[in-house]
Amino acid sequence: MSATDTLTPILAGRTRDQIAQRVAADLSDGFTVNLGVGIPLAVPKFLPEGIEVFLHAENGVLGLGDHPGEGNEDPDLTDAGKRPVSLVSGGAIVDSALSFAIIRGGHLDATILGALQVSQNADLANWYVPGRNPAVGGAMDLVAGTREVWVCMEHVDRNGDAKIIPACTFPLTGHGVVTRIYTDLAVFHFRGGALVLTECAPGITVADIRARTTAAYTEDLE
Amino acid sequence: MNDKYREDVMAALDVVPSGSSIAVGGFGSSGRPDALLNALCDLGKRDLHVIVNNVGDDYTGIGRLVAEGRVRRFTGSFPILPSFYDDYFSGKIELELIPQGTLAERLRAGGSGIAAFFTPSAAGTMLTDGTFPLTYSDGRPAAHLPAKETRDFDGHAHVLEHGIAADFGLVKAHQGDRLGNLRFRLSARNFNPVAAMSGRTTFAEVEQLVDVDAIGPDDVHLPGVFVNFVVMTGAPVPAGPEFTSSMKGAA
Repeated sequence: MSATDTLTPILAGRTRDQIAQRVAADLSDGFTVNLGVGIPLAVPKFLPEGIEVFLHAENGVLGLGDHPGEGNEDPDLTDAGKRPVSLVSGGAIVDSALSFAIIRGGHLDATILGALQVSQNADLANWYVPGRNPAVGGAMDLVAGTREVWVCMEHVDRNGDAKIIPACTFPLTGHGVVTRIYTDLAVFHFRGGALVLTECAPGITVADIRARTTAAYTEDLE
Repeated sequence: MNDKYREDVMAALDVVPSGSSIAVGGFGSSGRPDALLNALCDLGKRDLHVIVNNVGDDYTGIGRLVAEGRVRRFTGSFPILPSFYDDYFSGKIELELIPQGTLAERLRAGGSGIAAFFTPSAAGTMLTDGTFPLTYSDGRPAAHLPAKETRDFDGHAHVLEHGIAADFGLVKAHQGDRLGNLRFRLSARNFNPVAAMSGRTTFAEVEQLVDVDAIGPDDVHLPGVFVNFVVMTGAPVPAGPEFTSSMKGAA
């Protein structure tokens, strides 16, 4: 039982698909982005008309396309989750060192990923829950190297506890790396290292968000 | 004649001593040199330090090496196989967990004469501050990954990572010739070039053994200078060596 769940009923904010749709609206034509597992994987299906976005996968795929369809799977063409994919027109293949040169060298326009926690200092925790089996993959490279790190997540955890908090309690993926947070209830931006609430989801009030966010932030609603 | 092709995989690989460090290509089962890994198992090699991105999620490839207790130390980013963690938490295997990009660059550096480099990946995290358990004993951490030297560049923390020059490299390619020139196919390329570079002695298994010059000079993904021995896998070869536009998705 958490301290907040007796005070704060569950709100009907954006669904997971609607969070993805909200993120998709912020992508610019010509962006190359990396998508983490979970909500981010739904972003491509909500891209606005005329917005062409190139998807990058850590295993060396630029121009990731949809599942190729039953019977067309190729074991030599997968995404970073080892699922069968296709290539879009203009796609390219690189080796792992070059793939991470793209990431670390700042050549991606954005990385969009899930999170366990984000702190008011833009610290991210998303790779490891202590006591579980540790595995890190490319998460630490992605957040260290990409200028725009956008987090998509539920605003609170299953117990109703805040995930946007003063300081992360789970092991960090990176320090001061997050630039935006999209949740079912709100959109936040980090400006000059400080957290700013920029948008409430339809039907959600500033007070609703205040009650479910323990991090310090200011409001600048658009 | 410089002929790196060996028909007998077992005889070729028997030069690998137990206790060796081995850099292995592949991302999951994609591009993983299973014929070479199976030969290591069949030859009874043990006490191996395996440097590879994933263990995989079944008992093939690296998973077979782990299941048969042949791995002393794993250096990589994404082990996943449940029995791997059983071995880790029971003290049978050491886990040097590093970010995936750091792994790729350490292999590239080790094969390029670069002793070490500074990277921002994992700076200020438990993977570089000396708190991540390398090995367990009696259910408690018995040793930790050493804290890595940290330095600021342009106001951002970076950690010192060492290149990895492995005793052996094991890789898989789509095509190869007797000189060891290799061509990969689609995302099966992944870690294979850097694992081949890292190995002081590198074995390549190829789906197709082709004549010299069948891979044009502009199409050689990894030149034979990085490869010492070539073997055939006998694995099924995908329908066409070229990726055709009809295979492209609509997205």
